[in-house]
Amino acid sequence: MAAARARVPRSAPAIEADGDLHARLSRAWGREGGVAGWFSDIDHKTSGVRFIVTAFGFFVAGGILAALMRLQLSRPENTLIGPDLYNQIFTMHGTTMMFLFAVPMMLGVGVYIVPLMVGARNIAFPRMVAFAYWVFLFGGLMLYTAFFFNAGPDAGWFSYTPLAGPEFTPGKRSDFWAQLITYTEVSALLVSIALITTIFKLRAPGMTINRMPHFVWAMLVTSFVVVFAMPAVMFASTSLITDRLVGTHFFNPAEGGDALLWQHLFWFFGHPEVYLIFLPALGMISMIIGTFSRRPVFGYPGLVIAQIATGFFSFGLWVHHMFATQLPEVGKAFFTAASLLIALPTALQIFCWIATLWTGRLNFKTPLLFVLAFFVILVIGGLTGIMLGSVALDLQIHDTYFVVAHLHYVLIGGAVFPLFGAFYYWFPKITGRMLSETLGRWNFWLFFVGFNVTFFPMHNLGLQGMPRRVYTYPADMGWNVLNAIASVGAAMIAVSMLLFVVNVAVSYRRGARAGANPWSASSLEWATPSPPPPYNFAAIPVLGGREPLWEEKGIAGRVEGLDVDTPMALVTTLVDAKPDHRSIQPTPTPWPFLSAVALTMFFVGSIFSPWAVVWLSIPVTIAVTIWFWPREQETQEHLALERRP
Amino acid sequence: MSAIQDSLRPAGVQAAQIYDLWLLMLVVCTIVFAAVFGAFVMALWRAPRATERTAPDVAAISSQEPKSLLAVSIGLIVSAVGLIALIIASVLTDRALAALPLKDGLVIEVTARQWWWDIVYDDHEPSRIFRTANELHIPVGRPVVIKLKSSDVIHSFWVPNLHGKKDLIPGHTSLIQLRADQPGVYRGQCAEFCGHQHAKMAFLVIAHEPQDFERWAQSQRQPAKEPEGELQKRGREVFLSSPCIMCHRIDGTVAQGRQAPDLTHLASRRTIAAGTLPNTRGNLGGWILDPQSTKPGVMMPPVALAAADLQALLAYLESLH
Repeated sequence: MAAARARVPRSAPAIEADGDLHARLSRAWGREGGVAGWFSDIDHKTSGVRFIVTAFGFFVAGGILAALMRLQLSRPENTLIGPDLYNQIFTMHGTTMMFLFAVPMMLGVGVYIVPLMVGARNIAFPRMVAFAYWVFLFGGLMLYTAFFFNAGPDAGWFSYTPLAGPEFTPGKRSDFWAQLITYTEVSALLVSIALITTIFKLRAPGMTINRMPHFVWAMLVTSFVVVFAMPAVMFASTSLITDRLVGTHFFNPAEGGDALLWQHLFWFFGHPEVYLIFLPALGMISMIIGTFSRRPVFGYPGLVIAQIATGFFSFGLWVHHMFATQLPEVGKAFFTAASLLIALPTALQIFCWIATLWTGRLNFKTPLLFVLAFFVILVIGGLTGIMLGSVALDLQIHDTYFVVAHLHYVLIGGAVFPLFGAFYYWFPKITGRMLSETLGRWNFWLFFVGFNVTFFPMHNLGLQGMPRRVYTYPADMGWNVLNAIASVGAAMIAVSMLLFVVNVAVSYRRGARAGANPWSASSLEWATPSPPPPYNFAAIPVLGGREPLWEEKGIAGRVEGLDVDTPMALVTTLVDAKPDHRSIQPTPTPWPFLSAVALTMFFVGSIFSPWAVVWLSIPVTIAVTIWFWPREQETQEHLALERRP
Repeated sequence: MSAIQDSLRPAGVQAAQIYDLWLLMLVVCTIVFAAVFGAFVMALWRAPRATERTAPDVAAISSQEPKSLLAVSIGLIVSAVGLIALIIASVLTDRALAALPLKDGLVIEVTARQWWWDIVYDDHEPSRIFRTANELHIPVGRPVVIKLKSSDVIHSFWVPNLHGKKDLIPGHTSLIQLRADQPGVYRGQCAEFCGHQHAKMAFLVIAHEPQDFERWAQSQRQPAKEPEGELQKRGREVFLSSPCIMCHRIDGTVAQGRQAPDLTHLASRRTIAAGTLPNTRGNLGGWILDPQSTKPGVMMPPVALAAADLQALLAYLESLH
């Protein structure tokens, strides 16, 4: 395969360190070897890769569940999977893809790429990010352990009350679901705060706010959406747990609660959730289109404003998930208008990208192919979204296979295809080796064709009256052929995913050497060797333009005066990225891992007894206390460094 | 069960209005897709090819690009105008749906339960009120006001040939108004996930000419037919001495359960198990002996009966026209 190809030439010189500097910086920013070192690692690149690999593992698990569903639905009145298992499978599929794949994957790519892109040596609050990873991993493992013990949640990824309440889902199934939500809330919130802080305070000097790359903007907006959306679902899932565990009656109409309250809280989070998967993908698209069109993306201010507007509007649409409930007319008209108008910022971005492609010179490599699929798939998904936003039409197609088609067009077309483009784009940076182009093309075309074969017929199924979330359907409804076709498409997607895994496995060992900047791209992550050293940059670059590696004097200089024997970061101002002060970053420690273990005991224990909240808070307290306890020696060192000019 | 369940074949005024909106949306969206796709393909086709070695076009950083700006602006304005037009069309359709004249409307109360439909035909004269299950008969051309309730979890009432869906939410009463304009048998199905047997929670809507509807309603108002002959009499004995009466009701007997479908006129219905099986003797017998194999998780327990008892029971149940 690609192994025989020559080393790809670099276009811009990488910022590299000589032997002595490399050793000293590696000591300051690296970690100890061995098992203890592995669990203590707080490098953002380690946390990012862990997020990406783990989330991809859950993506495969969720995909296997999807394949099982397509197998069951491939013919009418199939008895392969009964309702009890099927309901667990579709709940697990949705929960996995939303909470264990899409969000952590996007945040994970952000954790890896954003600090490199802004020219920082590590992410802000790296211990917290490591902790967030372990919390996410343990949450996912808990959910799948429950599933393998036949205690997988079965009330849907939306867990509507009262179905998910104590009366109609006895046992522990919904408790595991609600607790998983708690895990992912904690994890996503912590990562978002770290990303916001990194983007606001750790940008390289000269990277003023209007020079931030599009992906950095996208992660910034995404992180703010997380911060505002998560508290709603945090309240909702906690109320559900207390309803189930100690008999509060938030959602029980018989005791003065309200069944619909859940839907408002869930969708106030749930709709922005869709956008916090979509927004990072928009950033990836802008980066890839710029690089492979060999020009800056057209309309920088328009794209940035569109992203911010999308994040903002995403909080005004949640009621369009509830049009079939009893709603006042004025409210319906408002939410119809909001649901349709959110198409405008996306349309603006699509037009800007087409203008970029139109005026660029195109390098048709696999990352670009995956991004181009967006223009077909997402546009269809967006247009069906407009249909669903209309109250009258929604009454017919809501909760049918039309919605299944729509949401996969939006999420796979809008997020997963760009994400795969991003895998092909940044894999060389992360591993130092190129993915195979040949396998990449097979991967792309099989995925693209298989996707459309699977999901396009579902539009028709929905219009022809097939509801969602049914484990079987009668033979005489006229749905048989389209369902069989959809199942064939699912098999094609499975093969394409297998090719991707093979590509990664082979290229990781034998792919062509990438060099610092194999695509000859313009953003800062390509200014350092691949894979980047523990300290990211031998010297923090000073930016002289928006496209640092393309422009003459794009990198105007290098920061001097940072201690090379301690993890010292340069903190800059929010808008102008002017050097503000130096800050000593945390060092590796196992306590984020151990705190996550303690927190997991606390969360899992509280599923079974309210007393766990009392007793198991003790190990959590001990772990985080040790984690945050100041050490005399460290304090002395920091004081000494402060006094040194 | 040759009943249709298809939003693309409207048989009522509201389904027809939504269908028109669908056609409008489909046309507009197809044009938009064609335009975007055309521009996209043109861009790919005309742009020169490059490799990594191609020098980036840094001139674009400092120069204004008036042509691109104009094209993007026009695209954005056209999109905004199109979206506003669709919003207006949607709101107008919504108003039209709500504007169904309800004079002389028939009032029916539907209560969803896991996993079947309890149906009560309301009347200002209490003796004319009657109850049935899983089969909704309505007169053609006359508006029907359906009060929707749920006694357990959230369900959704949906007959795509007649109207869109409306949720049944415990603790709330919602309303749906509809009118069938063509006689026929339409299938409806629960459209909100409601647990184990969400997939098998269907019902039929049978739209009659008004005089046929009156005849049907009149027959449903009668108490259950008295058994004729020894076999049917024995069948009634079997029924009344079995656990069936804990949940089911047969008007005119001591069986007054409300947890399960009313069986007073069971034999007049086309399906059993909420639209799951055709109402035949064989299906009914199999259902009584082993409901779980047809509809796993259903609330109905299996009823063990001797063969002779079962035959008698079936003879009786089949007489309940």
